[in-house]
Amino acid sequence: MRDLVSEMTTCLKARELQVQSNGKTLLDVPELILDGPGPTLILGPNGSGKSLLLRCLHGLITPNRGQVTQDGTSLNSDHKARQAMVFQQPVLLRRSVAANLDFVLRRQGVGWTNRKRRIVELLGEGGLEGKSRQSARSLSGGEAQRLAILRALALNPETLLLDEPTSALDPGATQMIERMVLRASKKGVRIVMVTHDIGQARRLASDVVMMQAGNVVEHGPARQVLTAPKTEASRRYLAGGLIT
Amino acid sequence: MHDFASEFSKALSLIFEGDSELWAIVLLSLRVSMFAVLIAAIIGMPVGAALAVARFPGRRVMIVLMNALMGLPPVVVGLLVYLMLSRSGPLGVLELLYTPNAMILAQVVLVTPIIAALTRQVTEMLAEEYSEQLRSLGVSRLSSVPVLLWDARVALVTALLAGFGRAIAEVGAVIIVGGNINHVTRVMTTTIALETSKGNLALALALGAILIGIAVAVNAMVSTLSLRAEQEGLRHA
Repeated sequence: MRDLVSEMTTCLKARELQVQSNGKTLLDVPELILDGPGPTLILGPNGSGKSLLLRCLHGLITPNRGQVTQDGTSLNSDHKARQAMVFQQPVLLRRSVAANLDFVLRRQGVGWTNRKRRIVELLGEGGLEGKSRQSARSLSGGEAQRLAILRALALNPETLLLDEPTSALDPGATQMIERMVLRASKKGVRIVMVTHDIGQARRLASDVVMMQAGNVVEHGPARQVLTAPKTEASRRYLAGGLIT
Repeated sequence: MHDFASEFSKALSLIFEGDSELWAIVLLSLRVSMFAVLIAAIIGMPVGAALAVARFPGRRVMIVLMNALMGLPPVVVGLLVYLMLSRSGPLGVLELLYTPNAMILAQVVLVTPIIAALTRQVTEMLAEEYSEQLRSLGVSRLSSVPVLLWDARVALVTALLAGFGRAIAEVGAVIIVGGNINHVTRVMTTTIALETSKGNLALALALGAILIGIAVAVNAMVSTLSLRAEQEGLRHA
């Protein structure tokens, strides 16, 4: 985690982004600029292309057309190293809780003493003290997702991308994850999070990207998009209408 | 029937009274097969895991070939290793023929494809699960090999035991390259074949009982570990 709150936030841009599969366009984003200081929440119904967009922003999917840039240059391995991603289903290594964190710290070349200290710090941040030697795969859903977020934060990322991290969690577990996300945001980590939970967007978002059928239908400050949406698709989604 | 009972009784005496010849044969068998499995694991596990994650033209063919090699006929392997190690063969200068090392080499050839193929199967499933996460953490395909091998360790012990089971029960290859020389290259399987033909059923039966005991123990361990790996997989599905 960066020690100081950075005034300079990472700027992610998608231009002419298009992802196709079997002749069908799954994602079509002419332009999207994510440069606000607070968390960006990508909102939309299932199949609207939220996760696909997130994967493109992280470089996990190469678009058929267009490009993603970070701070003005095409997404490269250096940028990817400054990003971290948390998936909807946390993928934890078949090791202990501490070993999952140790894995990423060791890959960053952190020495043994510092690794031990950092693991204790991270476990404290995620409320997983006392579970360091427990098998990571035996954690509850909420604990597993918290560990996945801690592991992502152990990478000291400038940008943290989260793909519906609370979709399978109860309100208590969701609240803990949201606290972690807000803490990271306050420390200067750029948050881009996918959700279909409107309440979560209200609680966390600084700006909201509304998606439907592979398109960005609206992007703006959270207050504006969530209270006075400009598009019919956003209005219907926020009103709880059935949108496909 | 009386003869059989008598031979069986003698066999039990050989086992429980600690007959030195019998236990020397058992120990040599274990030593040869364990070394063979160790070497086969060092070669086969990284190859299997690399094949699970790598993407290149001809990969499918390699997988089919590796699976086919699991069923290599031992006598053919014995013959090929014999030709390699014989005085006029490319490795003749090493003078390994009719030594335990030649038997280890033959068993390595037999066991490596088994361990590599089973490793590929196990790690491929894990690689699918880990793929996006490891890429996100900046781990390249080839760098993921040690990660996958470590995280699949329980299932991979099963692969090792399967290889060991094949090695310890093997007779065709080791009798060709080892020569079944008393106190030098005589292992359980080759001794059973020889002693049965000589009518010395007590020693053959004693070794047979130990061999079956080892096979049962290995299979019990494989079953236990497979069950454990399955439960682990289910719990975390």
